[in-house]
Amino acid sequence: MMGLFFEEIDVGMKFSIGQLLFTRKAIVDFARQFDPQKFHLADEDGELGPFGALSASGWHTAAGWMRCHVANNHQARELLLAAGKTLPDVGPSPGIKNLRWLAPVLVDDTISYTSTVTQKRDLASRPTWGIVYGHNEGFNQHGKLVFSFDSAELTAKRP
Amino acid sequence: MQRKLTYIDFQVGRTFVLGPHTLTAEDIVAFARAFDPQDFHLDEAAGKSSVLGGLAASGWHTSALLWRMICDAFLLETASLGSNGIDEVKWLKPVFAGDVLAGTLEIVGARISSRKPDVGIVNFRAGLSDQQGTEKISMSGHFFVKVLAP
Repeated sequence: MMGLFFEEIDVGMKFSIGQLLFTRKAIVDFARQFDPQKFHLADEDGELGPFGALSASGWHTAAGWMRCHVANNHQARELLLAAGKTLPDVGPSPGIKNLRWLAPVLVDDTISYTSTVTQKRDLASRPTWGIVYGHNEGFNQHGKLVFSFDSAELTAKRP
Repeated sequence: MQRKLTYIDFQVGRTFVLGPHTLTAEDIVAFARAFDPQDFHLDEAAGKSSVLGGLAASGWHTSALLWRMICDAFLLETASLGSNGIDEVKWLKPVFAGDVLAGTLEIVGARISSRKPDVGIVNFRAGLSDQQGTEKISMSGHFFVKVLAP
């Protein structure tokens, strides 16, 4: 993450990684493809549904975090590269845990995403890589926590 | 109109068939452009030379796709009240263009909310494998369904 090698990442580091606006069109387009439950597709059904209004699929909120994560990393890497730093390869993730959709994301909400490093661990099977764990959150424009999950990312060690 | 599935329809042990669904390179690239624009999700050559070994779908894409397959299997025919949590998603192996994904979802728990007696909480475990039978993704979580008055 952030163009940093495993050794350069400390537990407790926290990053604001960006924002995403959830327009009606974006909410409906995503839901048509991946989560076509009625309350994600139309205002009237949203009002009658469990969230009381048209709301984004939780997977859309989650994908929004990834979009910000990638853009933020890209920007950090470009800056470090311009400063002459050697950059680590980007590693894959084995998966995620504890995805929580705590409040609905509604039309024209802007979600601000953060990432906090919670743990670092060596990988016995791959001595050139470590694994970095994070707790990630999304807040709406009223400061309300709407989304969180725990991530894990393979991160290259210094050569 | 057929009756929607409600709490009583989700007995522990019941399984639902997911897929099959063939993932195309166009789908992989379109999702990646919107949400995960890393080279190995966008470009065949970059994918081949990466640790993934080919043009591979974003894990968030395969997760959302698994959810779509759950929608098509039964959730759209269910008196669904949404979900607020997925306990775990494992991206076990890269999912490549041309992979034919299919699997099952099993109901592993069901209880009525202690706070809201008209809401059932249904726990599931789901997984998708490719055409060779290699498991690619697994997911465990829950969703809420209506409990009908007896």
